[in-house]
Amino acid sequence: MIDRKKALAAIARQVGDGDIVLPVYSTAFDWIDIRPNPLNYLSHGAMGLASSHALGLALGRPDKRVIVLDGDGSLLMNLGTLVTTAEAAPKNLFHFVCENGTYEANGGHPIPGRGVVSFAGMARSAGCKSVHEFSDLKIFEQQVGAILSEQGPVFVCLKIVSSGEQERDYSRLHGPHVREAFRQALGSA
Amino acid sequence: MSMSADAAARTVEGLSGQSIVQQIKVSRIDFVISVPDITTSEGLLRPLAKLSQPRLIRVCKEDEGVAICAGLSYTGKRGLLLIQQTGLLDSINAVRGVAVEYKLPICMMVGLLEKEVGVRPRESQRYGVRIVEPILEAMGIAYHEIEEQADVAKIGPAIEGCFENSKPVVILIGQRPK
Repeated sequence: MIDRKKALAAIARQVGDGDIVLPVYSTAFDWIDIRPNPLNYLSHGAMGLASSHALGLALGRPDKRVIVLDGDGSLLMNLGTLVTTAEAAPKNLFHFVCENGTYEANGGHPIPGRGVVSFAGMARSAGCKSVHEFSDLKIFEQQVGAILSEQGPVFVCLKIVSSGEQERDYSRLHGPHVREAFRQALGSA
Repeated sequence: MSMSADAAARTVEGLSGQSIVQQIKVSRIDFVISVPDITTSEGLLRPLAKLSQPRLIRVCKEDEGVAICAGLSYTGKRGLLLIQQTGLLDSINAVRGVAVEYKLPICMMVGLLEKEVGVRPRESQRYGVRIVEPILEAMGIAYHEIEEQADVAKIGPAIEGCFENSKPVVILIGQRPK
């Protein structure tokens, strides 16, 4: 298992200033401290839809790399996104899923199918041609740069454990100032 | 209801699907995002599917489409979500959070499954049709009824208003376009 903050730090080292990143729930609170940037798209609202927001961004800005840092519980709420994204086939979309087997932001209850469901397997079955799975940090660190150079859509499942307690100020994700900063940054990027 | 839907029905002219497609084109829609809807299946979705512009994105579930339209809106591209009212009802939380609370231009064209031709939606005998407009009103979402050919001219301004004002809009298609 990989410590989530260490996994995110490895991704952040490969992310450029112009990349759009959509981190979800607990991952978001870790990510915005690791990579504070107005091109973090944080207000994806309704349950499990970050990857669908990402598809819209990827289709609308094919010149930009769009990286989703999803959760396993979130993906379970929107599994159809795997099929939709595979069919739409945006070359610039990278879908990471942090699998810790729990609804961490809602009390840490286990997800259905914990330890049984294969997210990588589902992505493959949905038609995604580039699928990866990691449970070892060192191997992930060695390969993440190459993965982010692949032609999308790419799906990556990271077997992670939480990095511990977080201060969750949701206004940092959903405040109107966050969306306006993103809009301004994307407009000039 | 004291009056049956049949008695309340008025004779209305049919809808031209091509004229609706034309309204979509002149409104500079870049992407149509859709789950098939039986009301608009033949007259709208099938001709739209033959076009390269706007590009059709087929989604598995309607709330995906709400989010795709949201993402597109930040890029300056225009999305139109073409769905059935059952899908709209299924997506209420996404519409609430993404369209209304974030004040984003989510433009929805919604076929009214089983609505009687010539009957106002809120006067329909069908519960699933009758509740649509009151729900939209409760959510503060603008809507337009497209029941006959003369109504088609409302589509362009409705789409334009959605994107100009960054607010959601629902365009209700009341009978099957031909």
